[in-house]
Amino acid sequence: MKTIAEINEKIKKGQAVVVTAEEIIDIVREKGLSRAAREVDVVTTGTFGPMCSSGAFLNFGHTRPRIKIGGGRAYLNDVPVYTGIAAVDVFIGATALPDDDPRNRVYPGEFPYGGGHVIEELVAGRDIRLAVSAYGTDCYPRRKLETWINIRDINEAILFNVRNSYQNYNVAVNLSGKTLYTYMGVLKPNLGNANYCSAGQLSPLLKDPYYKTIGIGTKIFLGGGIGYVAWHGTQHNPNVLRGENGLPRRPAGTLAVIGDLKQMSPEFLRGLSMLGYGTSLAVGIGVPIPILSEEILAYTAVSDAEIFAPVVDYAEAYPQGRPEVLAEVSYAQLKSGSITLQGKQVPTASLSSYPKAVEIARTLKSWIEKGEFTLTEPVAPLPGVESGITIRGLKERPVE
Amino acid sequence: MEVSKRIVLRFPRRLIDRPIIYHLVKDYDLEFNILKASITPEQEGLMVLELKGNQDEYDRGIEFLLKTGVQIQSLSQDVTRNDERCTHCGACVTICPSAAFAVDPATRRVIFNDEKCIACGLCIPACPPRAMEVHF
Ligand code: SF4
Ligand code: SF4
Repeated sequence: MKTIAEINEKIKKGQAVVVTAEEIIDIVREKGLSRAAREVDVVTTGTFGPMCSSGAFLNFGHTRPRIKIGGGRAYLNDVPVYTGIAAVDVFIGATALPDDDPRNRVYPGEFPYGGGHVIEELVAGRDIRLAVSAYGTDCYPRRKLETWINIRDINEAILFNVRNSYQNYNVAVNLSGKTLYTYMGVLKPNLGNANYCSAGQLSPLLKDPYYKTIGIGTKIFLGGGIGYVAWHGTQHNPNVLRGENGLPRRPAGTLAVIGDLKQMSPEFLRGLSMLGYGTSLAVGIGVPIPILSEEILAYTAVSDAEIFAPVVDYAEAYPQGRPEVLAEVSYAQLKSGSITLQGKQVPTASLSSYPKAVEIARTLKSWIEKGEFTLTEPVAPLPGVESGITIRGLKERPVE
Repeated sequence: MEVSKRIVLRFPRRLIDRPIIYHLVKDYDLEFNILKASITPEQEGLMVLELKGNQDEYDRGIEFLLKTGVQIQSLSQDVTRNDERCTHCGACVTICPSAAFAVDPATRRVIFNDEKCIACGLCIPACPPRAMEVHF
């Protein structure tokens, strides 16, 4: 059928037909697969949810006299950053907390400010306080530094998230008699609510379930700017239970993504405080899927009713690392406002924002339509089912 | 005419142990429902009340409260949503005991209906981007 090069030609001429992963569902229903595959060039996806494995590398530039932050201690707005790399490079992670945050000592901890919030404020262009204590060397004699920094003035700010954009995710419930405070939100006792976290029919990897177009090097929408798929994400797990339609029925593939933080926007990178759990960063990601064949198109046209997620108890099964799944429910059921579990009507809530996912898919669509964003050929595929990759737990070995 | 309103009462320290609510019931024939009551660290009393009764008596009751030195605020001003921070995720929907949040089925945006809010405060720490704010 089409090639990426041909689609890019059309994009440059402003002639590409681009639709969102939501719009394509009805288009295929109306026109049928083969006609839609001929007419549509690109389907845009989107997702916006808490992604804890997010962070940023920053290079501040050298001071005079020089200071070696590497191996020392450094803080951005009192949040500790990782310094175990070169002199003025650091990494700030989304879940980092100020040393004096009480954590869960006052239960449930509120976690009002952490690494995710620093990243949001940096992106918003606010001044951030950098405090460093270093040990001093002959070539980097300085030991103390306290200064304001701003994303405008530093050399690089690179968002690098090692696991984002999960292909499907658990629906979290609580079978116990007490409220749970989790990364899946507040879970009320005795099946009081069910929280899910996926954009479902708009979610990038659910629309390319066998990674036929999304690979290493794929250019994407990241946090309001442009980014790339850098690698498969950590815990990438292609070999899970899949339905007849090929879609994973368990959390499966993931993406590691990278991009220039300086182009991004706080609209699509939002610091989060998960009550009783910690801080995180909500990240907006959108991936374009080139319609190279009817098969690829068919995958983009699945709707919420055909995508199933596992319901997992976060009181026992999840914390104890047991694989039990209480039920499977479709995203259409989840979005109806309640699901039935063990004979009980359980109200549902989402942690990932569908309206933001729509906004991302539409933004990416308009970039492509305007010819501002062309597609890339992946330089290597993501490991697929044939790779045999499965994720492992940690094998503990006693330390004598 | 019958009215039913939710209000926030703020009692200065000197009024905390006075039987003010008792008078509302006895002298003005108002029914009440205490939705929340607490004493702030500054030793100020705070009470969220649902008051029901005849409009005239209600107005006279409020007048009485004001005369004693109690400050009154209507409730919907107390808990607000910062629309810049709200991402419309929906995490608050099942947290609110009074169904003040609803998801628009077409756009999946979360609607905050402040008329229904009883200012319980539960959504405030449960909202991941902390978009819900309480103003005292
Ligand atoms: S939890 Fe907060 S951000 Fe999410 S919809 Fe509710 S108010 Fe908005
Ligand atoms: S303060 Fe309580 S009643 Fe008001 S919206 Fe929040 S959870 Fe609902």
